[in-house]
Amino acid sequence: MAVDLSLAQASNNLVYSAMAVYTVALVAFAGEMAFGSRGRVARVQAEQGVPVEERVLVGAGAVSPEPPSAVAAVADEPAAAGGERWGRVGVSLTVLAAVLQLGAVVTRGLAVHRPPWGNMYEFTVAGTLLAVAGFLLVLRRNPVRYLGVFVVAPVLLALGLAVTVLYVDAAALVPALDSYWLVIHVTAVMLGAAIFAVGAAVTVLFLLKDAEERSGRTGVRAVDALLRRLPSAASLDRTAYRLHAFAFPIYTFAVMAGAVWAEYAWGRYWGWDPKETWAFITWVFYAGYLHARATAGWKGRTAAVIALLGFSCFLFNYYGVNFLLPGRHSYAK
Amino acid sequence: MTAPPRELEDLEAPVAPPAALSPRELARWAWRSLTSMRTALILLFLLAVAAVPGSIVPQRSVDPIKVTDFFRDDPGLARWFDRLHLFSVYSSPWFAAIYLLLFVSLVGCVVPRARLHWRASRATPPPAPRRLERLPAHVRWETAVAPDAVLAAASRELRGWRTAASSDGTSLAAEKGYLRETGNLLFHLSLLVVLVGIAVGSLVGFKGTVLVPVGEGFANTVTQYDDITPGSLYRTDRLPPFRLTLDRFTARWETAGPQRGAPREYRADVTYIPHPGAGSRTASISVNHPLDVGGARVFLVGNGYAPEVTVRDGTGAVVARGPVPFLPQDASMASSGVLKVADARPSSLGLQAVFLPTGVLDPRRGPVSAFPDAGNPELYLTAWRGDLGTDSGLAQSVYRLDTRRMTQVASARLVPGMSWRLPDGLGTVTFEGWRRWATFQVAQDPGKGATLAGAGGALVGLMASLFVRRRRVWVRALPGEGGRTVVEVAGLARGENQDASVQVDALVDRLSRSVPKHPLTAPRATGPAPTSDQE
Ligand code: HEM
Repeated sequence: MAVDLSLAQASNNLVYSAMAVYTVALVAFAGEMAFGSRGRVARVQAEQGVPVEERVLVGAGAVSPEPPSAVAAVADEPAAAGGERWGRVGVSLTVLAAVLQLGAVVTRGLAVHRPPWGNMYEFTVAGTLLAVAGFLLVLRRNPVRYLGVFVVAPVLLALGLAVTVLYVDAAALVPALDSYWLVIHVTAVMLGAAIFAVGAAVTVLFLLKDAEERSGRTGVRAVDALLRRLPSAASLDRTAYRLHAFAFPIYTFAVMAGAVWAEYAWGRYWGWDPKETWAFITWVFYAGYLHARATAGWKGRTAAVIALLGFSCFLFNYYGVNFLLPGRHSYAK
Repeated sequence: MTAPPRELEDLEAPVAPPAALSPRELARWAWRSLTSMRTALILLFLLAVAAVPGSIVPQRSVDPIKVTDFFRDDPGLARWFDRLHLFSVYSSPWFAAIYLLLFVSLVGCVVPRARLHWRASRATPPPAPRRLERLPAHVRWETAVAPDAVLAAASRELRGWRTAASSDGTSLAAEKGYLRETGNLLFHLSLLVVLVGIAVGSLVGFKGTVLVPVGEGFANTVTQYDDITPGSLYRTDRLPPFRLTLDRFTARWETAGPQRGAPREYRADVTYIPHPGAGSRTASISVNHPLDVGGARVFLVGNGYAPEVTVRDGTGAVVARGPVPFLPQDASMASSGVLKVADARPSSLGLQAVFLPTGVLDPRRGPVSAFPDAGNPELYLTAWRGDLGTDSGLAQSVYRLDTRRMTQVASARLVPGMSWRLPDGLGTVTFEGWRRWATFQVAQDPGKGATLAGAGGALVGLMASLFVRRRRVWVRALPGEGGRTVVEVAGLARGENQDASVQVDALVDRLSRSVPKHPLTAPRATGPAPTSDQE
């Protein structure tokens, strides 16, 4: 079937529009970080003198059977002016940008009559949309607006790379990629990667916050102010773990589905092609992360560093292997 | 606070080498070290790091030609790399050492855990600790309901949990989430199954490739293969005895737009006979759609052009006729090949040729192919005479002409149907037309099923292990002041990142309906600031 060029053009325009809106959203999130009063979560912690999650627990235990839990209390608190508003504007803009981006993915798919993740450009556009969607979903029930900057900035960077370096015109697929296993495999990779990406962002914040808590610094520099707005290191660590634990089986499945696809397309399910090799390395690192969290002496910072190494391996596999190491996965072009 | 029950965690006791090293103790210490979590972690990282060089240095199993080039370009370095098995990392002894150690460690780790888990999953939950208020999640209230009735109500509410009443009848212990540990064990054991599947495949599996021009066929015997890699224990008489003929090959490319020339469809229509005596069947083999026959799988892995050339020598005798498979050189399928005619008279002939499916004359680069499909086929030929070197006894590539003892005669450009008379009465060359050819890979992997089953098991186990929550709760009911009953509910989560407060909350919620709080008291949490997690 012929490619619908006007739809393809519409898709490109939507990507650019989404990027423009993300940029404004980024400014808004940064505004909250810079000018906002202390985040509600951090403020509650400070008032109670205990990390918020402990308060929640006490609350949950204490007030049952009529439990107005601390989570609800925190969320229901009337919003403070100023920075709070910046943050909420940021969220609204992010939602708008995500809708535009969804439009871009859908129109691209309609233009090429197939799932629109058949090359690195399309993969990046669809994958970053998933990361943003994941962030927004988590945000519905958890006070994680502090993550806004750290999700939107990398997404913008990835989209920037996509429209400049990775861009390819809308087209059908070469036979090797024309398989429903492509849809399964690449969708799973995308989903896993999006969650790993958010997990990596939280992990970086954990390392920063942990360093602050250890040093006991109460400085007045912008960074200190920013760090104070974050939840406790323990809570960041837990959030990071949950994201990773959620993404790991998805990524595991993605690698397996890739092997099944390779078996159909090339006659072997595993051939140590550079792409496969780095998928394996990435997987082993994340398995190491989950192990480290259960090993005395490796919890916390060490485990966090391992998780970030895992994500670096993923990024290398995506950007590095496609361009530096030749292989059968002609996905790059 | 009350130490959490530690049966499983005890396996993780820190290891230090014993001071007096009797051989027995040394062995025990070594085994404990090998099977510790820390060692497992280190081996995991070693495995990851060891996999890296294979993605940078060319691998024999992936691209043997690159390895040959490496040897040619830098023989010194290549020899060292070869000594370190860097051209075959994934089948090297050191790579094997790492994963074998890892799997020994895994078995040593999982078997004792499985035993403990088996015991734990048949045992009753441990009785309530004396001071429930020291547990991370704890609620206490007073009620007018009698202690026995409280416990009976609790036991009703705890359906689906494994419960046990304490011997003095004052408390109830409940536990659930055994599936978590089951999942963990299943995951690790399944990895072992994956490994076994891979091993079986590489020992008794088989892989071969064969090139077949349209109209021809092949019988599945070793001699017919162009390239064959049997597992070390493979018996070639176990090749499924099928025959296959390539009837038609369809290739389609994008004809317009920026992706012009990109492949869109490759399809081989074949007729095959699964085993001697069976009726013939037809099938289509395409990329992503292999053919299953007699326990083997036939994949389409390549295709190209085979110009049909007839060569008559100086005496007028036909000395060569038929399709000659050429190898594609670029995305436009410009293909090159050679034709060696040793018994031509008066002199042996060698023809070097380039086939251009859609030949055009590029002002800068000369003749090139503008499109992969055969729109305007052209054959550029260079003829040589002299000693082909085929009698030397050395293996020779059919795609390369050794011209060291030959002299060049002439060159020509032919289109289908055209003949070319060679000078000096050497003969004529006729370009009759062209066919397509396909390469098939035939693979047999008896370990594949096990690998797939292991992968599935690992995935299921992983999900159970990460998403099932394991918890214990206790309910205690004791007579208190003024005929009231003091009810205590406490919970403990086990394992990574867990928290029991939700369960305790839910239980308290339901229980307080049948065991309402006494009007004078309210449920309240007591004890130290809990340290467990929020949900
Ligand atoms: C082939 C190498 C291995 C891989 C890829 C691997 C992977 C994993 C993964 C992904 C987890 C987290 C999911 C879960 O909780 O089940 C895990 C947990 C675990 N692994 Fe492994 N593992 C390997 C070898 C080992 C070995 C050799 C040991 C023993 C020394 C071991 C002991 C454990 C234990 C005890 C847990 C549970 C940790 C917890 O309680 O959360 N694993 N493993």
